[in-house]
Amino acid sequence: MIAFLIKRLMHAFVVMFVISVISFAIQSNLGDPIQQMVGQSVPESQRAELREELGLNDSFLVQYGRFAANALQGDFGYSYFFNEPTTEVIQRHLPATLELVIAATLIIVVFSVPIGVYCAIRPRSALSRFFMSVSIIGISIPVFLTAIMLIQLFAIGVDFSPFPVETGWGQWLNGVLSTEGGMPSYGRGNNLTHLFGTWDSNFFSLDGLTYLVLPAVSLASIMLPLFIRLIRAEMLEVLQSEYVKFATAKGISLKRIYFVHALKNTMLPVITVGGVQLGTMVAYTILTETVFQWPGMGLMFLEAIQRSDIPLIVTYLMIVGLIFVVTNTLVDLIYGLVNPTVKLTGKPA
Amino acid sequence: MIDKKTLLASLLGASVVLPLPALAQDSSSDSDPVTLRMAYDADPVSLDIHEQLSGGILQLSHLTHDPLVRWTKDVNFEPRLATEWERIDDKTMRFTLRDGVKFHTGNDFTAKDVVWTINRLKHSGDFKAIFDPIASATAIDEHTVEIKTHKPYPLVLNLATYIFPMDSEYYSGETEDGDPKDEIVKNGDSFASRHSSGTGPYEVVSRQQGVKVEFERFDDYWDKDSPGNVDRLVLTPIGENATRVSALLSGDVDFIAPVPPNDLERVKADKNVELTTMSGTRIILMQLNQKRVEAFEDPRVRQAFNYAVNQQAIADRLMKGFATPAAQLSPKGYDGYNDSLEPRYDVEKAKELMKEAGYEDGFSVTMMAPNNRYVNDAKISQAVATMLSRINVDVDLKTLPKAQYWGEFDDRAADIMMIGWHADTEDSANLYQYLTECPDPETGAGQYNAANYCNPEIDEKVAQANVETDRDKRAEMLQAVEKALYDDAAFMPLHWQDLAWAAKKNVKLEPVVNVMNFPYLGDLVVEQ
Repeated sequence: MIAFLIKRLMHAFVVMFVISVISFAIQSNLGDPIQQMVGQSVPESQRAELREELGLNDSFLVQYGRFAANALQGDFGYSYFFNEPTTEVIQRHLPATLELVIAATLIIVVFSVPIGVYCAIRPRSALSRFFMSVSIIGISIPVFLTAIMLIQLFAIGVDFSPFPVETGWGQWLNGVLSTEGGMPSYGRGNNLTHLFGTWDSNFFSLDGLTYLVLPAVSLASIMLPLFIRLIRAEMLEVLQSEYVKFATAKGISLKRIYFVHALKNTMLPVITVGGVQLGTMVAYTILTETVFQWPGMGLMFLEAIQRSDIPLIVTYLMIVGLIFVVTNTLVDLIYGLVNPTVKLTGKPA
Repeated sequence: MIDKKTLLASLLGASVVLPLPALAQDSSSDSDPVTLRMAYDADPVSLDIHEQLSGGILQLSHLTHDPLVRWTKDVNFEPRLATEWERIDDKTMRFTLRDGVKFHTGNDFTAKDVVWTINRLKHSGDFKAIFDPIASATAIDEHTVEIKTHKPYPLVLNLATYIFPMDSEYYSGETEDGDPKDEIVKNGDSFASRHSSGTGPYEVVSRQQGVKVEFERFDDYWDKDSPGNVDRLVLTPIGENATRVSALLSGDVDFIAPVPPNDLERVKADKNVELTTMSGTRIILMQLNQKRVEAFEDPRVRQAFNYAVNQQAIADRLMKGFATPAAQLSPKGYDGYNDSLEPRYDVEKAKELMKEAGYEDGFSVTMMAPNNRYVNDAKISQAVATMLSRINVDVDLKTLPKAQYWGEFDDRAADIMMIGWHADTEDSANLYQYLTECPDPETGAGQYNAANYCNPEIDEKVAQANVETDRDKRAEMLQAVEKALYDDAAFMPLHWQDLAWAAKKNVKLEPVVNVMNFPYLGDLVVEQ
């Protein structure tokens, strides 16, 4: 176990090293940060001075060496835009992103498991077919489009009136089609509960939660159908297996077969995929946060790119790399718990 | 039956409603504070109003500070902290300052604050270029300041719109870390970038960069005649166009700017919000690089390019009427604006000129444009490329995000490049200085002249205008310059971008907006 963790720690270092080299190598293509920092009428001499001051004229190796030496001491540089250490900027933005990811994960877990299992047990029922076709639509629609549609429907409201307004039934049908709006359309709102450090939470008040709903739903909109389909497929396969048939023959109740024997084995691949997807979800937050002006890391990253805020971009990429390594490590640990025959260190059993 | 009911209802309603206005008036003095929630595409980068010369910082300056004079809607000057001004001689201007003005800290505003602020401006990297003509500022007495220029300089008042006096006492001394409080730091922390004390209508209460800035009305604001009734301002940056519009339509914010052209119709159609538009002063143009393409040295070819482009169509169809077609650099209201110059779209004429110049079969050029800097920039460049194909010019177009584009622009990496320009001084000479003067890295002239166009005669005329202090005479000179540039087809002007703001119906935006795009929110009235 400890050997495994040490090995993973080494992985993390290698991953972050590679990411930092790559992101440093592409920085010349990210644009000129000076352009973003000065007004249009600032003369070239002044710009050159600032460029020199920031050390942008040094060679790649010198710049990288300086960065790496500082980074080893935990100093990842100053954000050009926020005028603060990049780690502090990220610390401030991280909680918002994590809350969004947690909320989306909750939605996914709560809905995907029962729906997936149901669709596997009753593959031919009308409801299953409905879930399957809706999930295809969910996978196909890009996150930002889902987000904009959600805003239009539930924040602004839509007034449809294809049915005659004079009649009672027409009014009722129109009412069903139209939406009121009223959900908050952007940001995290003002009712945040302070937890600790830079962490203000949306989870502890009703008002805070309303701000979380639309962004979390749109972030979940891609992964949820994916997991429903995954769980269904795995479950179907497990239900065909010998031991399930044997258990049925033994006369064990169906409920027990489904939820104890079959589901447990279904979850193994789901956990693996889930771990990888959790990292991907952090990446998807870039889109969701941009549309909802959610003040998290994704929005911060996108703006950093627009401002050529190179130190912040490099730090963000490294931290996301770290998140990937950590989630994968956790997945492997959980895997070991679910299936004790798996050996973490990879030695032959 | 139904009629009777509504009649009854309205009668009942009237009798109930009648006493209400009286009630409302009673409580108006201590009624609920008026809060304006507004969303811009970005929030100010710093609270230090001398750190960056940008639209965002100037908008902030008008909230937390007051200038000596400010622009009116028709591009004239209006007294603010300076009540009167007079020219003593060619090089000296005397300002009388307003009495009884207080800073947010409670300090009194005097002449020494103005002198201190001008000196600081001359040390600011971004502002020093435009304050270069000023030699010195001296306090004659508590409420009189004299500004001297190196040479006779006609634009002292234009510069005075940039002088937002700062609280010199507050910014004097050192912080706990031993840094001077008045230092201007571009990259890094400074006292002034996090603390602010001006004389403006609003004080900053809290600020979370990239998330929101909260302002509260300054109790001792000097302008008691201001109709403004907003007690609290909450500024949220919403970079994404669709989200900003949605936030307004859903009622989460009261006021947004800018309104993206694609959503103009949607905003206009909504019955709860009102759209305010105005012709702007930012000129969008294309520059034809003579150093890279020999054909562009021939004025006939440059003219042909101008004749080939249909500015009206771009303004009408691409910009959805949200732009004013341009034939010159100076927008209406500027001294250099020459109303005899019209867009000259005529493809036949263009073909003829190309033939005359010996390029009947055309040639190939490269073109670059940003794709997220100006409104519809990429689409405009595509349209121009298509229009040029009618005179057999084959355009290889590349569009880039602004972060990358400016590096390419500095390298003059394409034969035709797009640029938009807004004169910081709101004066025509600034346009010529940066866009058409012979490039000279020493003086910084022609810094953005990617055409490498060089006409010393015209430059000489501009130089003469720059020392002419009689406004009418100067205007005549500048208009002649504009005409000469037009005849010589020094560039391809396209249009002036319009400005658009949108707010809820009860927010009376119209009187406080202006072509400079610094809404004077201190005077904003929100009806209850």
